Amino acid sequence: MPLKLVTGNHAAGYALSAAAEANRGARGAACGIYPITPQTEIVEYVAKFPFTKTRVVPVESEHSAMAVSMGASLAGARAFTASSSNGIAYMVENIMVAGYYRLPIVMVAVNRTLGPPWNIWADQGDTLMLRDFPWLQFYCEDNQEVLDTTLLAFRLAEDRRILLPALVAMDAFILSHTQTGTSLPDQADVDRYVPELDLPHRMRHESPTTLGGLVWPDVAMSLRLEIDEAMERVDEVLGECRKAFIEQLGRDPGAAVQTFATEDAEQVLVVSGSIATTAREVVRRRREEGERLGLIKIKMFRPFPESAVREACRGAAKVAVLDRNYAAGIGGIFCQELRALFQGDRDGLVIQGYLTGLCGGDVTPAMIEDVIADLGGRVEAGKPVWMGMADGKGGNR
Amino acid sequence: MTALSGSPRDPSGTLGGPEAPAIPCTEECLLRPGNTNCGGCGMGVGLTMLGRALAEAGETCTLAIPACCGIVTAGAFPTTSYGVPTVATTFASAAAFASGIASIRDLNEETGQVICWAGDGGTYDIGIATLSAAAERDENIIYFCYDNEIYGNTGGQRSSATPPGARTTTTPLGKTEEKKDILAIMAAHRIPYAATLSIAHPEDFARKIHTALSISGMRFLLMHSPCPTGWKSEPSESVELVRQAVSSGLFLLYEVWGGRTYRMNLEPAWTDPAEYYRRQRRFGDDEIDLAATRRICRERFERLKVLAEEFPYEETRAEK
Repeated sequence: MPLKLVTGNHAAGYALSAAAEANRGARGAACGIYPITPQTEIVEYVAKFPFTKTRVVPVESEHSAMAVSMGASLAGARAFTASSSNGIAYMVENIMVAGYYRLPIVMVAVNRTLGPPWNIWADQGDTLMLRDFPWLQFYCEDNQEVLDTTLLAFRLAEDRRILLPALVAMDAFILSHTQTGTSLPDQADVDRYVPELDLPHRMRHESPTTLGGLVWPDVAMSLRLEIDEAMERVDEVLGECRKAFIEQLGRDPGAAVQTFATEDAEQVLVVSGSIATTAREVVRRRREEGERLGLIKIKMFRPFPESAVREACRGAAKVAVLDRNYAAGIGGIFCQELRALFQGDRDGLVIQGYLTGLCGGDVTPAMIEDVIADLGGRVEAGKPVWMGMADGKGGNR
Repeated sequence: MTALSGSPRDPSGTLGGPEAPAIPCTEECLLRPGNTNCGGCGMGVGLTMLGRALAEAGETCTLAIPACCGIVTAGAFPTTSYGVPTVATTFASAAAFASGIASIRDLNEETGQVICWAGDGGTYDIGIATLSAAAERDENIIYFCYDNEIYGNTGGQRSSATPPGARTTTTPLGKTEEKKDILAIMAAHRIPYAATLSIAHPEDFARKIHTALSISGMRFLLMHSPCPTGWKSEPSESVELVRQAVSSGLFLLYEVWGGRTYRMNLEPAWTDPAEYYRRQRRFGDDEIDLAATRRICRERFERLKVLAEEFPYEETRAEK
């Protein structure tokens, strides 16, 4: 299939629209939309798409955007939206509710620094603050992965074994506004790949239920356990969705965890999002010089792909986690996940956190070389290292 | 995620379940016996009247209820007092949830009203941006506000619907501000239909429900809803209290079409409001300036009357 030069936002808008259109033979689709830089082009794309059976509702806030999408989903339709940064922060209450209502809504998020200060560039803090909600989370490396993962997210989220909303994230501007060659599947291919939705718990006049009323602790607890069980099934169902994607669309949409040269690696870099492309190139060069370096790209953050990450780190003695996010008072969020994963399992493993590219800073090959040099000199892990600071601030403390 | 099936945990790991037998929409189907409303609650009476009107019109509905006593009254899982599909929305989001539900109903050319059933907190206060936006988009929903002039569900705090002088837990000395004129605000959105309702005037109440059911687009209904718990009044006097509110001119019964044409439904008898205040312990003894209150009520009525005379609503043949 020929490639087209499109931005990440275009790829996301295309995938959301095609997936919505693919439900025209069933109950259709709807979304609430609200603009915010750098996501706006996605909702603009959706607003002008010539849908057969979809309503695009231009609402007054992100909070209502998710509420409209939830209403549509409860009525049995395919539902989606897109947002970014403070927009996501404003939407938080309804994002949480979509998860606990088990509504398979797909949201594309363009990762942008939460303000203040006002800053429109890439930082994962906006979506990672949703990490404890019942949502699947994917962080994409390039525009093709954004498109493919968005389509896959519908199929995965709507699977009856899962029924959880899914978030597909990309870095602000680095992906959202940068054109790269991307394969855009035909509508017929999307129709085949994303089956029509039949939501089992949709509201029906013939069998009325009350959703969200008072539930006593024992039953409410069991509803939380059901979410945990659905999360446990994600690995298996994701595998099926990926296999079907490869068979039907002739392309790998990408595994939950993607490794490069980790088989015999002594030192491993763990990255996510667009940083992976740069880091992989640096690792590739250093491997050519004979160094036993490897790279792990974590694409799926929720559920956290524990066994795949554990397996990829099996031979490593030291791990550098590059986080484009900062949890105040503790450090990078991916780093914390890695430390929790290996605690009591491989306590000798050095897991060092590096804060790279926060608030949209560039993560250059030189910075990654600095990370590798710092990791190489360590015998134990310490506080997170702030990379790329102005005036030489940060660094090792 | 409650009441999906008989068992809270489905061992198959899916959320499907055997469908319950269909419940025909009858007079009792909206709010069923066994609900948890306080004695004398205006909301319970209002829901019953709404259910009766829906049954008369051969209609059914889906309810979108934000945080308020209206969702508490459903009771605890696995039981529910509501006989129609009902969803608890987030506090500020009833009108937006309803927009999504109604969108899919209309895309599928299905019938059944989508009704928001919300208290004054969810309408006048936290939900007003969402409601205003849904009104501006002329969403095809009915928004019903049962206005008990207080955050009742949380134990009685002021809202912007609380009248001046009323003591609440957050206005222990009595509220000093005016009550927000929500009907004027909604009419200013030029929505197809906006009306006030009183459970003390059931025929007028039912007629307005039928009018709302005969129109599509955004319809806003405001009901004065007695709350014995918050108003500190006798449950047996609830209907009498809101009757006095109408007869003294404190609560005016009128309709607005498209924000342009008006109809007054009743000229108040201008009874002394003192009795209305005296029967509710939320108002302190002799704290209300009755003369000023009467003057304000008169002015409000006269202003609306001028509008209704200058811009009268003319019934279409179909409506008669």
